[in-house]
Amino acid sequence: MSTTSDVPAVRPGPPPDGPPPAAPDLALHLLRLGDDALVLGQRLCQWITRAPTVDEDLALSNIALDLIGHARALLARAGRLDGTGRTEDDLAYTRPERRFTNALLTELPNGDFATTVARQLAYSHYAVLYYEALAHCADPELAAFGARARKEVAFHRLHADRWTVTLGRGTEESARRMRHALERVWPYTGELFEEDEVLRRLAASGTVPSPAPLREAWLHRVTGVVTGAGLTVPTPTWTARGGRSGLHTEEFGPLIAELQSVRRQFPGGTW
Amino acid sequence: MTARTTTGATAGATPSADGDGLPARFDALIAGGETIEPRDWMPDGYRRMLVRQIAQHAHSEIIGMQPEGAWLTRAPSLHRKSVLLAKVQDEAGHGLYLYSAAETLGVDRADLLDALHKGRQRASATFNHPALTWADTGAIAWLTDGAAVINQAPLCRTSYGPYARAMRRVCQEEAFHVRQGYDTMRALCEGTPEQKEMAQDAVNRWWLPAVALMFGPPDTGAGGADARTAAPGAAVSRRAMAWGIKRHTNDELRQRFVDSCVPQAERLGLTLPDPAIRWNEERGHYDFTPVDWDTYREALGDDTHWARQRIAHRRAAHEDGAWVREAAAAYAARADAAGGEDA
Amino acid sequence: MSGAREGAPASWEVFLRARRGLAHQHVGSVRAAGPDAALAAARDLYTRRGDPLSLWVVRSDAVHAASPDERDPYFAGARHKPYRYPEHYAPLTEKGPEGEHDE
Repeated sequence: MSTTSDVPAVRPGPPPDGPPPAAPDLALHLLRLGDDALVLGQRLCQWITRAPTVDEDLALSNIALDLIGHARALLARAGRLDGTGRTEDDLAYTRPERRFTNALLTELPNGDFATTVARQLAYSHYAVLYYEALAHCADPELAAFGARARKEVAFHRLHADRWTVTLGRGTEESARRMRHALERVWPYTGELFEEDEVLRRLAASGTVPSPAPLREAWLHRVTGVVTGAGLTVPTPTWTARGGRSGLHTEEFGPLIAELQSVRRQFPGGTW
Repeated sequence: MTARTTTGATAGATPSADGDGLPARFDALIAGGETIEPRDWMPDGYRRMLVRQIAQHAHSEIIGMQPEGAWLTRAPSLHRKSVLLAKVQDEAGHGLYLYSAAETLGVDRADLLDALHKGRQRASATFNHPALTWADTGAIAWLTDGAAVINQAPLCRTSYGPYARAMRRVCQEEAFHVRQGYDTMRALCEGTPEQKEMAQDAVNRWWLPAVALMFGPPDTGAGGADARTAAPGAAVSRRAMAWGIKRHTNDELRQRFVDSCVPQAERLGLTLPDPAIRWNEERGHYDFTPVDWDTYREALGDDTHWARQRIAHRRAAHEDGAWVREAAAAYAARADAAGGEDA
Repeated sequence: MSGAREGAPASWEVFLRARRGLAHQHVGSVRAAGPDAALAAARDLYTRRGDPLSLWVVRSDAVHAASPDERDPYFAGARHKPYRYPEHYAPLTEKGPEGEHDE
């Protein structure tokens, strides 16, 4: 599994000695991680040609490109592990929205630039911590993925940190927008660290780490950045849930419809 | 000696053409095939022509992001999505290389963008055509980028150093654009009949913009254009060639483009929408219908839906982002005041 | 501050070491409010390909340069001292300068 495969997805032929043993728990977990990266990457694609500067078009497209690369690697592996033999594209382009398992944070509409920065701040700090942990897991393919992906998301984190501080300490307007953005986004951050039965089993068997124990380190790090920006970390009174079980926001339907539209218009097409 | 920038971005006073032989030195450098560098004396007309050409090229890259950028969210495979992202970000990058080169001539990129937003400077009218289907992303990359590569390859040896260096980067990167465009078209042509039909439709709409607009007005009597209509283009071209800014006429490059595309289209099984295209044994080139520049340019005035839409889109992004740029400036000013530390 | 326009971000010269063993080479410039933003912009703009090793950004107005109009006092001396070049002297071997490296 490479982080950024540079060739079109190829449907794997039947392996010589029958299908590999399905690993439904791990497959589901990787599907969730892959959906997070895919959906956030898709949201960032909506920024391109609309960013505050051309340099920022470039920066956001770079981040989107990394995220789509992560999604491809994770979805391809998920499709191999769930016993269905689905490719990355089968998973991205043929599932109805209820089958997507991304955290709601990643599908939040872009809003203004501050909202996008707040969403990037929350996600990239989480992704750095989780991919670092993944880099030490027993599965060599996943460990290699984690080792490579964490470097890429570390750059995304720098980008988010810099903008959080710049906006927080910029003008009165930018500080106000950044504060609102953090408040808007924060209730959606808890879902990233959610641990259900699947993750508990995976963690107990030592297959992959659970994100739940990373929440404290995450909070510590983002608090450092947000405080440095002259702002305070919100303490939301509620936590959004549902993405992991396919219960999405109403804004998610159009996002997926757009993603899949060309492919659905040309059944049997090759790309 | 006062503080200067290597790029000339802060250039205020460049040497004036007094009686000390600076124009002669400029002419000698051009004649000797040497490059002109930012702090060299140069004629005002040379500087103006460069600013105009580099800015228009930079604007075209930035505006050119829009038709393809609109398909980023709909790319039909994750591989194609990655490729298109890489391509659109190259266009942003090329625009920025070129604004950087233009700034060495003593202009400010903020002013250039302002001129674009206010209609005082223009991007190539090629991108005033809409990208209506996924196949358009392939046709744009194959045809308009293909035209761009042919147009721009000689600019890697243009006489102004920063422009030539920027163009070498641009050309290295554009080679990928053309191939991936051809590859996108190939996949469609090898797919279902509906896909192939989409590919042909896109070629029908993007052929003429590539042939006509990417190379500019006819500037020779070639290809059947009458010498009178070619005259204004010819005058500009002659000046640009004398200064080593341009190395070939528009018509020479246009012919080169047609010659390269015809066999590629044949391999794809696509028909280029020009019934006059046929091999001319005597000339050793493909004949094609001469571009009726006046009629075409008129039909594609600035008052079309898409010409307005491209600029409106750009301006909206710029205006929506104003508070972000103001915040960055305010933050930097504060950091400077706090002792030069950025954070 | 180089911006002719008020509030325009500063100009930064970008230097890139593309490969081990090479000196940093000037590749162009970026506009950015501060050094961190300039580095990030330079990274996104000039290192999309290859495996570059190191990147510098220097504020354009911090670069001091000698210009062509000052050519004479600064550079005139360099042209007229042939004894600084090996070709000024007789080769060390009969094969000429190429042969010297074979020994």
